[in-house]
Amino acid sequence: MLEKKLITKHIGVIDPKSIFEYLRLDGYKQAERMFDMSRMDIHDAFETSKLRGRGGAGFPVSIKLMAMAKESTQPKYIICNADEGEPGNFKDRYLMENNPHIIIEGMIIAAYATGASKGYIYIRGEYDKSIDVMKEALQQARQKRFLGENIFNKRFDFDIEIRRGAGSYVCGEEFALLESIEGKAGRTRVKPPFPTSKGLFGKPTLINNVETFATLPTILEIGGEAFAKIGTPSSTGTKLISLSGNVKNKGVFEVPFGVPMRTIINELGGGPLEGRKIKMIQLGGACGPVIPEYMLDMVIDFDRFEEFESKTGAGAIIVMDDRQDIFDVLKRVSDFFQHESCGKCTPCREGNLHMLKTLHKFFEKTATEKDLSLLETQARVIHQTSLCGLGQTAPTAVISSLHYFRFSFLKRIEDRLEEANYAEN
Amino acid sequence: MELEKVLERFPKEQTYLIEILLDYQKSKPTQHLTENELKEVANYLDVPESHVFSVVSFYSFFSMEPRGKYIIQYCRDVPCHISDLINVKETLETLLDIKTGETTEDQLFTLEYSSCLGQCDGAPAIRINDKIYRNLTKNKLQMVLAEYRGDHHA
Repeated sequence: MLEKKLITKHIGVIDPKSIFEYLRLDGYKQAERMFDMSRMDIHDAFETSKLRGRGGAGFPVSIKLMAMAKESTQPKYIICNADEGEPGNFKDRYLMENNPHIIIEGMIIAAYATGASKGYIYIRGEYDKSIDVMKEALQQARQKRFLGENIFNKRFDFDIEIRRGAGSYVCGEEFALLESIEGKAGRTRVKPPFPTSKGLFGKPTLINNVETFATLPTILEIGGEAFAKIGTPSSTGTKLISLSGNVKNKGVFEVPFGVPMRTIINELGGGPLEGRKIKMIQLGGACGPVIPEYMLDMVIDFDRFEEFESKTGAGAIIVMDDRQDIFDVLKRVSDFFQHESCGKCTPCREGNLHMLKTLHKFFEKTATEKDLSLLETQARVIHQTSLCGLGQTAPTAVISSLHYFRFSFLKRIEDRLEEANYAEN
Repeated sequence: MELEKVLERFPKEQTYLIEILLDYQKSKPTQHLTENELKEVANYLDVPESHVFSVVSFYSFFSMEPRGKYIIQYCRDVPCHISDLINVKETLETLLDIKTGETTEDQLFTLEYSSCLGQCDGAPAIRINDKIYRNLTKNKLQMVLAEYRGDHHA
């Protein structure tokens, strides 16, 4: 069995709108049981699990939890980042729409483990259905006294509010997200300090992705050691993969880390469309690298992805077949970042604009060798000097393409010369 | 809905600014915010007017120009684009006889571009107000638009 359903095991089995059905399958049992555990034991479980954040960067979750638990300032906040806007990613939407209570249970566990009293779920405004389902689920949890004062009849208060985004991709970046909840434009902050010491309203704040929170109940259920045995030594547990593009079956699949991408595309995705061949994939979303077909034997693993210097760990695979033009793809990716840049720092605001112009020349077959070296410089400067993750990863697709598809760039320059010669004669 | 009624539902804290603006704008048939309304919101939350304006101009959901009753957003990012066999953008522009960013003469539809809608498993997709339509074909688009037009005349 290729799929391994830990956090999606309820999906298709229960009605997501009913807390009773989630409870019937031992839902909220880990949150309840946790109150009888010492905080040390809870932290041990997360530390031995070696869980890494599922939002893309893959930061060890236990380090953040521990840092937050050590802060003595009150109140402390828990934030679930559901601002899923990276093109090609839809697994958080899938989880929210189909298994909302597992996310809430995970947030309760994180709150107790770190001593936080208030939580927020920041959901992008485009996810109307997710917002409705989560709102309803929160209401049900409140009625059951799993949220509010003295939850689970213990001396612990914790409640969760939903905040909606208003059409801004950069708000998925943690500092921009904090600004947005504070009622401001989503422009990032200079770090340090990190959110666990100075986050929302200047207070200690733990921000994790939807999938990360949804994984916490499972870790308490099976134990950190058992969890660490799933996947690979550097990337434990399972990963939700958002599979899209030119494949037969698009969708969200939960697989253990360590599965090759080719297996996911062929066995779960049903392979390319009839009569087509896979040309390339984009890994992680718009911020991820474009890599050629021959690299598909690479396995899903945070450490393996690190070579791309990008936040590719969110688990999107966008499959592109032989009909697709790499310059059209790069132009769209670059256009996306140019549109979504918050405008605060110059390399991202101006750089993406100029990079888009250069890419346009390649698309239009008017680029010269000078444009090729210009593009390389532009991409490198944006990557190295931008303030936040958006700018730093905006040129990943270009940088990777310049490496793996260099011949395509050279071919475009040659095409221009040939056309020019033809015109002269 | 009157702005006052929306404001009443929220505590006077800046953290609710975006929630207030979203709810109020959605309640207006023109789906836009005016200068006076922003001033009123600033007053209620006791924040500078300039702050409210900065927020409205930052987030793409907000508009200070009147828009149609139904806002159609299409995605042009890679997952939608490579699954798009009908050219959703051009099909919509033809069917509505407007360009992206414009509103139909009957004030029924405004056509907008949106960044990825997160519906890549049902690409190509559009969002009309708070509803998503997936796996679009030309036929499906025509039917959806007819439905909204009918709804308007009813």
